[in-house]
Amino acid sequence: MGDKRDGDQGDTGGIVLTEEQKRRRRARSIAIALVLGALVLLFYAITIVRLGPNVLTRPL
Amino acid sequence: MSLMNPGVGLPSHAVADSAHLEPSLAGVDDFIALMKPRVMSLVVFTAFVGLLVAPGHLHPVLGAGALICIAVGAGAAGALNMWYDADIDALMARTARRPIPAGRVTRGEALGFGLTLAAGSVVVLGLVANWIAAGLLAFTIFFYAVIYTMWLKRRTPQNIVIGGAAGAFPPMIGWAAATGGTGLEAVFLFLIIFLWTPPHFWALALCRAGDYERAGVPMLPVVAGTRETVRQIRLYAIALFPVGIAPWLIGPAGPLYGVTAAGAGAVLLVLAWRVRAGGREAKALFGYSILYLFVLFAVLLIDHALFGSLAAGAQAVG
Repeated sequence: MGDKRDGDQGDTGGIVLTEEQKRRRRARSIAIALVLGALVLLFYAITIVRLGPNVLTRPL
Repeated sequence: MSLMNPGVGLPSHAVADSAHLEPSLAGVDDFIALMKPRVMSLVVFTAFVGLLVAPGHLHPVLGAGALICIAVGAGAAGALNMWYDADIDALMARTARRPIPAGRVTRGEALGFGLTLAAGSVVVLGLVANWIAAGLLAFTIFFYAVIYTMWLKRRTPQNIVIGGAAGAFPPMIGWAAATGGTGLEAVFLFLIIFLWTPPHFWALALCRAGDYERAGVPMLPVVAGTRETVRQIRLYAIALFPVGIAPWLIGPAGPLYGVTAAGAGAVLLVLAWRVRAGGREAKALFGYSILYLFVLFAVLLIDHALFGSLAAGAQAVG
């Protein structure tokens, strides 16, 4: 059943998300993914700028 | 009216206690709205100018990272403000459609969002730039969320005068990000925004006095009346004029900035003198005050780009 695949609990009297709620949850999830991706790029760029060529020569 | 009850005037599903019972209705645009993007844009712009005109050098990638942190920090302060003020926001026409009073975001969501952004922006700014700038950003968020929003806003008509310091810190944070400290020039950038805030907000408050009165917020027009508000608007406009041109008078900025600041300040004075009540003149002053601040900082940036005056001045002093 589709609702169960989405983690809803319609058969057990729990919360059932409406289509609108599912749409907004999906939009929030995509936004979080994009922000996390941007943070990865930002931290990568900052690390390269901060360490420069030493990023390859630092002792383990 | 109980101003201290955070749930007053809110839809039941927007109250924190019910947050775990209802699936979130919040859209991405609601979380963006929590960050007050229009306020954020002015914060980013003034911080950008502070960062660029400072005598220090910051790699463009680190500078961009610092600006993102300052923007997110400002957004965090906005979200925390909306979390705490949801009850009075619901009572005012200007703010009733914000995400929490409209019932699209719960107070718990806004609080979690604001605290997460605040902690993240401060820590990352410390790593990207330096811990002086990060400390200033943390203090700014604290000042806006706690000193202004929680303490001053509902207690004194001087709320936006003292609270205005929070909006005045961003150029100083930008300056600190580039130099690792502050300087006299940064203090004047702070003072320009600090003295600009009262005439800017009181012009708006004159037009929205009924809203503030209904919400129980002791803005100056509500507590002291229109005449006293107009008098204080003029006093702050007078004080702002010399401070606006001070970066030129004390040396670091060039004549392009000085002439522009003098002209823009004179127009602000004229508009302040035309205000009699909360009508068209007050709206004109409110609108122009935004342009005034933008022009001052933009010309400071252009002046610096053309003549490098701030850096040269600072080096001469050093």
